[in-house]
Amino acid sequence: MAERVAVGPHEPVHVVGEMVATRRAGAYRHLTLTAPGVPERFRAGTFVAVSVPGHTARRALWVHRVRASSAYGPTLDVVVEPTGPGTTWLASQPVGTPVTLTGPLGRPFALPKDPVACLLVGDGYAAAPMFPLAERLRERGCAVALVVSAPDESRLLSALEARRSARSVTVLTADGSVGRRGTAADHADELVARDVDVVYAAGPAPVLRAVAAAAERHGAWSQVAVEVPTPCGTGLCHGCPLPVVGEDSVDRVVRACTEGPVVRGDRVRWDVL
Amino acid sequence: MSAVVPGPVMVAAGCGGTGRELAAYAGPDGLAGLVFVTRSLTLDPRPASTDPRVAEVPGGLLHDVRLPNPGLEHFLATELPWLVRAGVEVVVSVAGSTMGEYADLARRLSRAPGVAGLEVHLGSPDDVAAGVFETREPFHAASVVAAVRREFPADRPVLAKLRPDASRVVEGARACHEAGATAVVVGNAVPAAFPDGRSAGLGGPAAAPVALRCVLAVARALPAVPVVACGGVHDVASARIYLEAGAVAVQVGSALVHDPTTVTRLRADLAAQHVSHSDPQEDA
Ligand code: FES
Repeated sequence: MAERVAVGPHEPVHVVGEMVATRRAGAYRHLTLTAPGVPERFRAGTFVAVSVPGHTARRALWVHRVRASSAYGPTLDVVVEPTGPGTTWLASQPVGTPVTLTGPLGRPFALPKDPVACLLVGDGYAAAPMFPLAERLRERGCAVALVVSAPDESRLLSALEARRSARSVTVLTADGSVGRRGTAADHADELVARDVDVVYAAGPAPVLRAVAAAAERHGAWSQVAVEVPTPCGTGLCHGCPLPVVGEDSVDRVVRACTEGPVVRGDRVRWDVL
Repeated sequence: MSAVVPGPVMVAAGCGGTGRELAAYAGPDGLAGLVFVTRSLTLDPRPASTDPRVAEVPGGLLHDVRLPNPGLEHFLATELPWLVRAGVEVVVSVAGSTMGEYADLARRLSRAPGVAGLEVHLGSPDDVAAGVFETREPFHAASVVAAVRREFPADRPVLAKLRPDASRVVEGARACHEAGATAVVVGNAVPAAFPDGRSAGLGGPAAAPVALRCVLAVARALPAVPVVACGGVHDVASARIYLEAGAVAVQVGSALVHDPTTVTRLRADLAAQHVSHSDPQEDA
């Protein structure tokens, strides 16, 4: 008798949704999408993969926010930085465009059982998942300090919104155009030193590496959302190698889209990433 | 003859993960009855590399084919039982660095419960780099097929997956069929290169015309040899092109990267077309 495979509460679904809002924010485009089943299953740190017409590989996007209800029913917001043909296509589509996507994909951030002090670091558009994460942590009584960083002001994600989601907010820009000057890597030690139990981070590898190392020095746990190209996002193509050290201390390469994107910072083999 | 070839839609080797990844997209009937060709297995595990292995190009994907896999033991202990429980028709793709390794794999898989058939990996774009027995010569490919066939029960299919080399595919198909292959699979990745010069295989719609040329050549020259086509299949129309060219079945590969529900949809669509075509005759 064949095992029926039920689509569980957190299993991804593949659906055709619709773009219901689109707005420019600095260098990014914020899109609001309907995607039946996806907002309901979302957990902070998971992502969606969008099928772009005429392209075989798909585009992975961080989820910035989900709304349980709106005029369109449940929706999700994603942040797109138009860099290649796929993201440029997506960023230029008008309201009403059907969007085929799969999600939520990957492993989310693990939430602590007790109310502990958390530092959240998000760089560039990858700061997106830090906002829903901050909300979840606050619901659990955690003290949340949020760091939003970017190369410059145009790539800084919603500093205003950040102030609503966290007890303390630090804004960093590498060029000093707004907030304090420098990268999250430059300030990692100072940020983590302030009595932090758990560090969560999303952004480019150098930022994650510095933050994870600072966490280790200060005896904090770290969880990092590692961004590697994910051509399918669903575990089928093996095109997203993420080098880690396993629980058994053995070096291995896992798929970032299924065993990640969130992994423990002290498990990533940064030298070979 | 074609009745013993599984089909008409299969998941191509290396494109369906372990099978579990597809389960969420399989629809209400799950994976039951799905013909699934596993990623190519070697006797010993082959670790994944950290180099990026997949890149998009217009109309397709480049990927490198070092055949990362957990090795036969692990596959038999974990992946195979799961696939069998899910009701999957499991066709195991085998790759060896020597002829003896192919024979060993076939022998041990012949005793594993739930293995519906084998697919012999005979044509990745860069076998030497992948550490796979060199089968560029049809004679060598046929020797591998014969070695596998000797170890695997005659009532279960052995498919020979050939490289899509238009100038030699007929020769290769004939030799493999004579050596005991139940069918030939035509349309492996086309030899290509990444922009940085590393070897790659090209798959997806861009490879389809090459595969079609090869399928037509085999179907015309060797009408008695069942051909399974592989290359850019993503919907009924793209499958029909091959079926009309003489293929008995198609494999779906890169399309699953674009849309993981492709194979489920295609099975349903082909079945629906089949029903609507045959109904009038049944009435008559
Ligand atoms: S992106 Fe395809 S396996 Fe991870």
